Amino acid sequence: MKNLFEYSLKELQEKLHNKEITISDLVDASYNRINEVEDQVKAFLTLDEENARKQAKELDGKLSAAESLLFGMPIGIKDNIVTKGLRTTCASQFLSNFNDPLYDATVVQKLQEKNTVTIGKLNMDEFAMGSSTENSSYQNTRNPWNLDYVPGGSSGGSAAAVAAEEVFFSLGSDTGGSIRQPAAYCGVVGLKPTYGLVSRFGLVAFASSLDQIGPITRSVEDNAHLLQAIVGHDKMDSTSANVEIPDYSESLKDGVKGLRIGVPKEYLGEGVSEEVKASVKEALKKFEELGATWEEVSLPHSKYGIATYYLLASSEASANLARFDGVRYGVRAENSDNMIDMFKNSRAQGFGEEVKRRIMLGTFALSSGYYDAYYKKAQKVRTLIKQDFEKVFEDYDLIVGPTTPTPAFKIGEETDDPLTMYANDILTIPVNLAGVPGISLPCGLSSNGLPIGLQIIGKHFDEPTIYKAAYAYEQATDHHKKRPQLGGAK
Amino acid sequence: MAEISKEQVRHVAHLARLAISEEEVEKMSEQLGAIITYAEALNELDTDNVEPTTHVLDIKNVMRKDESTKWINKEDAMKNAPDQKNGQFRVPSILE
Repeated sequence: MKNLFEYSLKELQEKLHNKEITISDLVDASYNRINEVEDQVKAFLTLDEENARKQAKELDGKLSAAESLLFGMPIGIKDNIVTKGLRTTCASQFLSNFNDPLYDATVVQKLQEKNTVTIGKLNMDEFAMGSSTENSSYQNTRNPWNLDYVPGGSSGGSAAAVAAEEVFFSLGSDTGGSIRQPAAYCGVVGLKPTYGLVSRFGLVAFASSLDQIGPITRSVEDNAHLLQAIVGHDKMDSTSANVEIPDYSESLKDGVKGLRIGVPKEYLGEGVSEEVKASVKEALKKFEELGATWEEVSLPHSKYGIATYYLLASSEASANLARFDGVRYGVRAENSDNMIDMFKNSRAQGFGEEVKRRIMLGTFALSSGYYDAYYKKAQKVRTLIKQDFEKVFEDYDLIVGPTTPTPAFKIGEETDDPLTMYANDILTIPVNLAGVPGISLPCGLSSNGLPIGLQIIGKHFDEPTIYKAAYAYEQATDHHKKRPQLGGAK
Repeated sequence: MAEISKEQVRHVAHLARLAISEEEVEKMSEQLGAIITYAEALNELDTDNVEPTTHVLDIKNVMRKDESTKWINKEDAMKNAPDQKNGQFRVPSILE
């Protein structure tokens, strides 16, 4: 039989119903592949094999009642999404003993209602702070296309596991590019939904006004199916939006004829590599052939995105991470004289360098005397960045550009200077600041064989138009069919 | 170049409840200074008449009835506690 990972969710579901395969076969395929390549990729922090196999057997007996395309599908979950009874660490030493979380995140609950099978929890930058997964306090995940390179971050495990065919799809989270950037680096499809579309309840908070959970898959169609399963208003998240939910696969195949695309000149300017520019221009040509039109536009405040983001995200993080105090869960430092010292020592012991740096930056930006100069100033510039998008979307349906200025970089190459690392997110951050949705999908390979990502950005809640364009482009090209040649026979 | 003095770093670390070594104070002073200098590029922009964005969607004052619901029981709540006594979280002394 062909490698099961070559099929779409829809095809796999048909095979299940035609009794060509069982859910146990799918779960076996995942763990077999994990046994084969995980020591090279290192995408997982925790595996839940015994439960997954048990669940697969149970579901095999209930297949006739299956109503969802996701029924029995093996999935990986980023380790900052809380899973009841399954270790959740956020890749931090602080939560190294958090083995028995008390509840499921809303997205996990929704997936369980569709009877997906959780394979395990995926590596990430500690508390989602980073762009390479090198800030994990447990292990470096490696890019399946070339093991010397980073998978991107912070959802590096989620993207690498899908690219390496260890799971059929995964969930990540995106605060400044943490789904789209690793999806670009690993050659898979990753969507950051509109802020508020997916409940954040049970997502360990990093920057609450920016965080969104989203799907990472091998194809655009699968991505739309997975998004469908996790969206919706949630009374447990007061920032979740109460909007009508469309059928994301309904308009998928409508084509791009007549679509108006804006291409920000700032996204093809200085700092963006020639290879990336060339791939994006090829993609624009393809969109033209398919009947869309494109013009150059401007998002003039893009260059202020990184500074705005680091002030706001770090400020929010400094408040959100105050909950890690060593009292109710997590690690506690021994031998502290009093409670305040216990807080200080536990946090110093449990947090890694980047997390401490951001807590410090955020605490500074929010502290008395600096609040107006830094935090409030950044909130005002955020308004300008948001207005940039609103202006372009008056005349255009979509914005298209690269996801990242370059393909993946080597492990260890950018760890010395935090500002160099931050620059990876220059094209993804503005999207979070404006709260609009964006997808990354493969649009070519660099000369050294690493994937390049195309970013398509839409209006608030206009995921259907993003998917329509992404699907049309994907089907008209064969970039998504390329797979990394990882060790082991397929 | 913005300067974040070592004293400021120690003060901020205290506010953030982070124990910090002298070596870290030195490094943090340098790195925070560099990041803040970078962030000061925002001052190029005139934002006097710009409203700050705290939230991207037009949602305000989301309220619900103040009713108690079943959530987790006390035993479960204590499951992950680093230290406990008689069903309560135990911490080092608060008062001198």
